[in-house]
Amino acid sequence: MEISIIALPLIASIISGFFGKFIGDRNSEIVTSLLVSISAILSVIVFYEVIFNQYEENIIIAKWINSGSLEVNWTMKIDALSAVMLVVVTFISALVHIYSIGYMSHDPHKPRFMAYLSLFTFAMLMLVTADNFIQLFFGWEGVGLCSYFLIGFWFKKETANAAAIKAFVVNRVGDFGFALGIFLIFYLFGTVNYVEVFDQIPTVVNEKLNFLGIEIKAIDLICILLFIGAMGKSAQIFLHTWLPDAMEGPTPVSALIHAATMVTAGVFLVVRCSPIYEYSELALNLVTIVGMSTAFFAASVALVQTDIKKIIAYSTCSQLGYMFFAAGVGAYNVAMFHLFTHAFFKALLFLGSGSVIHAFKDEQNINNMGGVWKKLPYTYALMIVGTLALTGFPLLSGFYSKDAIIEFAYLSGTTSGYYAAGIGIITAFLTSIYSWRLIFKTFHGPYNNKEIRIDETHESPLVMLIPLLILSIGAIFAGFIFKELFIGSEGINNFWRESIFFLEPLSTDHPPLWFLTLTPTLVTLSIPLAYYLFVKDKNFSAQIVNINKPLYEFLFNKWYFDEIYDTLFVKSSKKFGLFLWKFLDVKVIDGFGPDGISGLIQKFSIKAKKFQSGYIYQYAFIMLLGFSAFLTFLIVK
Amino acid sequence: MDLPILSSLILLPSIGAFFLFFTRSKSENKITVKYVALFTSLVNFFLSIYLWVLFDQTTSAFQFVEDRIWIEGLINYKVGVDGISILFIILTTFITPLCIISVNNSVTKRLNEFLIAILVMESFMIGVFCSLDLVVFYLFFEAGLIPMFLIIGIWGGSRRVYSAFKFFLFTLLGSVLMLVAIISIYWITGTTDVVQLYELGIDTKYQNLLWLAFFSSFAVKTPMWPVHTWLPDAHVEAPTAGSVLLAAILLKMAGYGFIRFSLGLFPSASEIFTPLIYTLSVIAIIFTSLIALMQEDMKKLIAYSSVAHMGFVTLGIFTIQQQGIEGSIIQMISHGLVSAALFLCVGVVYDRMHSRLITTYGGIVTIIPKYSVLFMVFTLAALGLPGTSGFVGEFLILMAAFKDNFLVAVLASLGVIIGAAYMLWLYKRVIFGKLINSELKKMIDLNKSEVFTLTCLAIPTLYFGFYPEPLINTIEVSINDLIDTYNYSLASK
Repeated sequence: MEISIIALPLIASIISGFFGKFIGDRNSEIVTSLLVSISAILSVIVFYEVIFNQYEENIIIAKWINSGSLEVNWTMKIDALSAVMLVVVTFISALVHIYSIGYMSHDPHKPRFMAYLSLFTFAMLMLVTADNFIQLFFGWEGVGLCSYFLIGFWFKKETANAAAIKAFVVNRVGDFGFALGIFLIFYLFGTVNYVEVFDQIPTVVNEKLNFLGIEIKAIDLICILLFIGAMGKSAQIFLHTWLPDAMEGPTPVSALIHAATMVTAGVFLVVRCSPIYEYSELALNLVTIVGMSTAFFAASVALVQTDIKKIIAYSTCSQLGYMFFAAGVGAYNVAMFHLFTHAFFKALLFLGSGSVIHAFKDEQNINNMGGVWKKLPYTYALMIVGTLALTGFPLLSGFYSKDAIIEFAYLSGTTSGYYAAGIGIITAFLTSIYSWRLIFKTFHGPYNNKEIRIDETHESPLVMLIPLLILSIGAIFAGFIFKELFIGSEGINNFWRESIFFLEPLSTDHPPLWFLTLTPTLVTLSIPLAYYLFVKDKNFSAQIVNINKPLYEFLFNKWYFDEIYDTLFVKSSKKFGLFLWKFLDVKVIDGFGPDGISGLIQKFSIKAKKFQSGYIYQYAFIMLLGFSAFLTFLIVK
Repeated sequence: MDLPILSSLILLPSIGAFFLFFTRSKSENKITVKYVALFTSLVNFFLSIYLWVLFDQTTSAFQFVEDRIWIEGLINYKVGVDGISILFIILTTFITPLCIISVNNSVTKRLNEFLIAILVMESFMIGVFCSLDLVVFYLFFEAGLIPMFLIIGIWGGSRRVYSAFKFFLFTLLGSVLMLVAIISIYWITGTTDVVQLYELGIDTKYQNLLWLAFFSSFAVKTPMWPVHTWLPDAHVEAPTAGSVLLAAILLKMAGYGFIRFSLGLFPSASEIFTPLIYTLSVIAIIFTSLIALMQEDMKKLIAYSSVAHMGFVTLGIFTIQQQGIEGSIIQMISHGLVSAALFLCVGVVYDRMHSRLITTYGGIVTIIPKYSVLFMVFTLAALGLPGTSGFVGEFLILMAAFKDNFLVAVLASLGVIIGAAYMLWLYKRVIFGKLINSELKKMIDLNKSEVFTLTCLAIPTLYFGFYPEPLINTIEVSINDLIDTYNYSLASK
């Protein structure tokens, strides 16, 4: 039964991908949605077993690479951690499959789209159920590939193609670090199996090694290298540039891959490797710093963007930052909790925005929307739920997980923890502002679209609204219901058990009351504030922009990361490549090598040819010269 | 010994070629000629599979050995296989029939002679991989040049003569030194029998020079940086089938030679020159990947990427570890399949549009969907995606290199990033995007034989990506033994 959770999406993908033409569009949609839904139901059963019966299993499916001391198998590891991921992945995936039936109804390549979605689900499941780093890597690159396919799904759009390649290559940069991390693990422990590696960690705690001239503790290095991989996949600052561009893909893709599942793989990796990270203070601090920087950076950029999907993409980036700094302060279970709740409300927001884009016939700029809340009542209401959950409005799911992150950062008692808590609160405020900005600009105020009349906007069909409804139920209740299980002290002992490792037990204190109430208060206050800024008095916000023009430009251009990278890496490697080819290969190697030699021989032969003139007197003259030289030689001797 | 299976493998294609020699290739019996060639190569393929079935994976000793006196007291015709060589033989017999199927459109004149060249070449290549006498090896190794030279020079593109001579000049230069080395080995030890030489060992004081002489030949054929510049030219001018043979099989001779002779005969010299190989390999990986990024000609791009992939191979061999050498062999097999397929892919569009320039194409995914899918599979295998054979080899090599030298592994891993960039960019520019060139609308999707050849290559690429056990099991014992002997001879020095 467990294996079929993984196998069904793969089968779905094969059926739809190779036989889609024969069975027709509608049938491929039904087959893929159905099989993935079955997989989701099975996952829930497994999750249930894990919660109530402490079910754990490591199923070996087949051998993969066995070379010398290296042994890698295709496996399916089930424990609390992978069970949570199984549920998130298959559940969201099933809903997105169903939603896509409506959203892609006008697209000529439906079977291909469904095949990619199912294939992605398969790769993601391989990733989360690996029992070793190499299968993890397989899934890791596999989801990257599907993401590449799906971002570039509309292959005629030049920007979509560019974004797809960018996503893959930037991820490869992260994977480069990740792969080196795996090599180092194999170098130190002679195995890549989680359990075997984790067992040996305490024995190498103080081991140091010299890496490219830097003396560093082995454990720190492993953690940093793995974290580079995590940064790539989870779009953390410096390796985040692909995520906003990835919004070129169809919206269901953004919901599934770039919000709920794939981008959380980095967080999953850090949590999965908690037995290693716990021994590396340096790496944990790094994770915290990167996490909080990303949270703040992305939120600041989201404030001024005008593309509805890009705002949500930056928001995702920012929320992933929260998860990372939660892991960084040692609260891995809280990170997982936020991952879990985030999947619901972020998928909801993305699919909701998809519904809006659908209504406006592919318009994505929020400046060209507005005033349609009566026309799209269900979408509007569901988006509000998503926004409330995201901003952490009291009693909705984001409230439980995000506030817990800020609390645990505060309680960790380290300097980086305090900073993280502070940044976390500021970012929560910013999150609230940009999220409400999105809602108000999209649904309130005057109608700004010039292309289509307001009566032409229409509510989405049921097949799209029902997945939204289900997600909104998750967005409202997931926090409240699963709070004890994920972050209660009971949960740590009975639910997570071995799957998450704590060197020292998490603090059970409570922060002071003023601290607890600070975030919810800010979040609540930001709603009227945003309403004032973006609906009531637009001049005021325009004035703010005018006064801070340089800052606005800086934020609007996303801190100029793309421009810097383009000059630094893309252009320079192209130039260098051209130099290597035109100069080194053609001029130097060939010039002195084969062409040079043959040229030299040719010159010689031209000279030699001149001697063969055919005139008797010339030959006679040469003979005379030679004869006299010979005579002179004899006489002198 | 009932059936001299290895000699049969070597001779069969030549016999087929001999028959072809007496067939006139008039337009009406072009098909007949092709069927004769195809039949011969297929028989050979099944014979080699039979060989693999009979092959005993539990021993590292040479099997199916045939030993005949050729020149009394001087040279013996001695052939045999072990785990290291058998896979290359199968690769050769597997690629050749596919090559013959693919000659349909690319070769219009002198089809008969072309097929003869291919079959003779197959004979020589199999000879290279199973000869156990240095002189016999040398003969096959050099003889392989001749059909290739002719294929480029007669059936090539507009600059075929320049390319053929460049190819010949480079490869011959290295080979002469190897011949000198083989003669000196005979004077030093009194034999050219590889098995005996393994037992005797060669005095360490001679090893360095001998190693360098062999190296100069293998480096050119691999090709390693900086003697790689003949390869892009040769590929560009060669007809599709020629490119396929060149990339898939000819380049593997050197990698095989490094393992069999450089490591096997000169362990102490190999130890000394490992840094040299590492440096050249890393340069090859990074430099040629960057060059590939900038190519405008599809064939040149793939040729440069071949140099980078072979850089991984040489790197892996000289890690002298189980994972490294196994990775190298898998990488060679994988590259044999994938580069063959990529050159066939280029051939397919070239046959239709008569252009290899990337800018000619774009936006053809809906026009030729089957082609796009298969091309994508090989693009992914070339960039080493997990689940394709390209990944297994590359990952094992890097893993082993990391154990030995952090810096080398880090630099080589950078090549993996650039590899993704140039392959995906190539694919995007050819297949995706807007359809601008209206000529492209007339393109016809793959015909049956093209689908067949490409699928034949795609299946093992994916199968060995998910389940490389059959390959690893075949080579495991032999490589284990090679490394043991290597370490033993270093220790006893």
